[in-house]
Amino acid sequence: MGRLRFNKEAGIKWLLTLFALSSLLFLFIIFAFILAEGLPLFLKVGVTKIITGTKWAPTKGYFGIFPMIVSSFLVTFGALCFGASLALGCATYLSEYAGRRTKLFLKPALELLAGIPSVVYGFLGVIYIVPLIREYLGGPGFSMLATSVVLGIMILPTIISISFDALMSVPAGYREGSLAMGATKWQTVYRVVLPAARSGILASFILGMGRAIGETMAVIMVAGNALKIPTSLLDPLRTLTSNIALELAYATGDHRSALFSTGVVLLVIIMALNLIANFWVRKRVPK
Amino acid sequence: MGRKLLGLVLLASLTVCSSCGFFAKGHREKTVTIAGSTSVMPFTEKLAEHFMVERPGTFIDVQGGGSSAGIQATMNGTVAIGMSSRELKGKEKSLHAIAICHDAIAVIVNPKNPLSGLTTAQVRDIYSGKIRNWKELGWIDRDINAVTREEGSGTRGAFEDLVMRNVLIDDSVMVQDSNGAVREVVGNDPYAVGYISLGIVDPRVKTLFIDGVLPSIQNVRAKRYGIVRPFLYLTSKTPSPQAQAFIDFVLSDQGQAILRKEGLIPIHG
Repeated sequence: MGRLRFNKEAGIKWLLTLFALSSLLFLFIIFAFILAEGLPLFLKVGVTKIITGTKWAPTKGYFGIFPMIVSSFLVTFGALCFGASLALGCATYLSEYAGRRTKLFLKPALELLAGIPSVVYGFLGVIYIVPLIREYLGGPGFSMLATSVVLGIMILPTIISISFDALMSVPAGYREGSLAMGATKWQTVYRVVLPAARSGILASFILGMGRAIGETMAVIMVAGNALKIPTSLLDPLRTLTSNIALELAYATGDHRSALFSTGVVLLVIIMALNLIANFWVRKRVPK
Repeated sequence: MGRKLLGLVLLASLTVCSSCGFFAKGHREKTVTIAGSTSVMPFTEKLAEHFMVERPGTFIDVQGGGSSAGIQATMNGTVAIGMSSRELKGKEKSLHAIAICHDAIAVIVNPKNPLSGLTTAQVRDIYSGKIRNWKELGWIDRDINAVTREEGSGTRGAFEDLVMRNVLIDDSVMVQDSNGAVREVVGNDPYAVGYISLGIVDPRVKTLFIDGVLPSIQNVRAKRYGIVRPFLYLTSKTPSPQAQAFIDFVLSDQGQAILRKEGLIPIHG
């Protein structure tokens, strides 16, 4: 019986290890697959020609994705400008000021916001934000501004929930100490709690960035997808993700490889972002 | 417990695999798979519905993928019939191509736009970025919001061949990924211009005269309207009897009548 039990335990552990490794395996397969499909074109055309090239016409032999790299960063930055302060304010209110009842109501509402499919965000953007911009600010409406606003709203739940957790994990003693020394509530929040939660807040911004740079459907719907590097907030643009989704259905041959090359670049950017984030967060706030 | 579970998983996957293979084999004999241009797909689906009612026993499986993918799949032999909304080029010409109807590409603007027509050269200049403001065309001082289709689309390919000739479409032109999306943008934006399949035009947008001619069935028939492309079915040299039967149905008076009702231009009659 004892022997049998030991075997069973070992078996379960073995099985679970296998499951745990499977996710690593999937990551590896995805990586290998994208590289295998995308690398040949890099070798054929040249890395610099693809990454710094400004002309994209894959059926005519132009594979430059530089404008899309720039555009991806621009809308991500725009989304952070729009969403980050809003989200941080919301998280601060939730953790420092809101009563228990308000919290009970607000938290699930925010989780609901996170659960709305991206196509719905895109749809609302097309129906309301795009015409508003076209009417009152000019341009086609499909623009960097519209995309940034939509993405800014989409990254709210990510930033709020993670920075909320960071704020909540600041020990109560910090607040009590500050208040005991005669600081006002706002002084306590601004000078003590927020700095103490800085690493978590930074992490939330970076995860929000990851969400924004990887978002595809909503972006295709509101960005206008023009290939030019935008010169104003009201210009349409095309991001790396939407380039892949937009053209994959029709692509064959080198065109298809070029889309996978776009995927390789996206993958590298996201990995770099994660590495920088990890490094930065750890360095800034020593435990 | 662990081993039992593993065994179960193995068994399940084995069953799924083998049954897939089994069904596929039993199915293939009566199924005609069609894939390709998303412009031709909705009409092929309609034709397939009628065909399957008339001849029970044959199943027509219609898929999208785009003209280039359809051509590729027909060359590989993975589909019985490929659909293309552009002419074949180079190596692709080895396939057997049957024109099932013609489709005009209409240049559309918002109904609020007072312009009634453009010349082909003007359309080319708008898309190449030479003309950027409606004022240059005699309307208000407002940027033209031109919309094109994505690279690889059959409609774009035909537009490039017939209108742009060898001029490239400018990078500042917006891109949408379907006829419907282009119509949606132009229908909502008073300053937009786009091009879509004539069969897709509806009252939300206004069709422009091109070189003084409105795209219509009569004008295309009389060869007065120039932006016209064929809808092609592609097969290998020896199509299966079922595939041939479907093509015959599409070319019959009944099939052509269905296409005409959908706003396309029949091949004969």
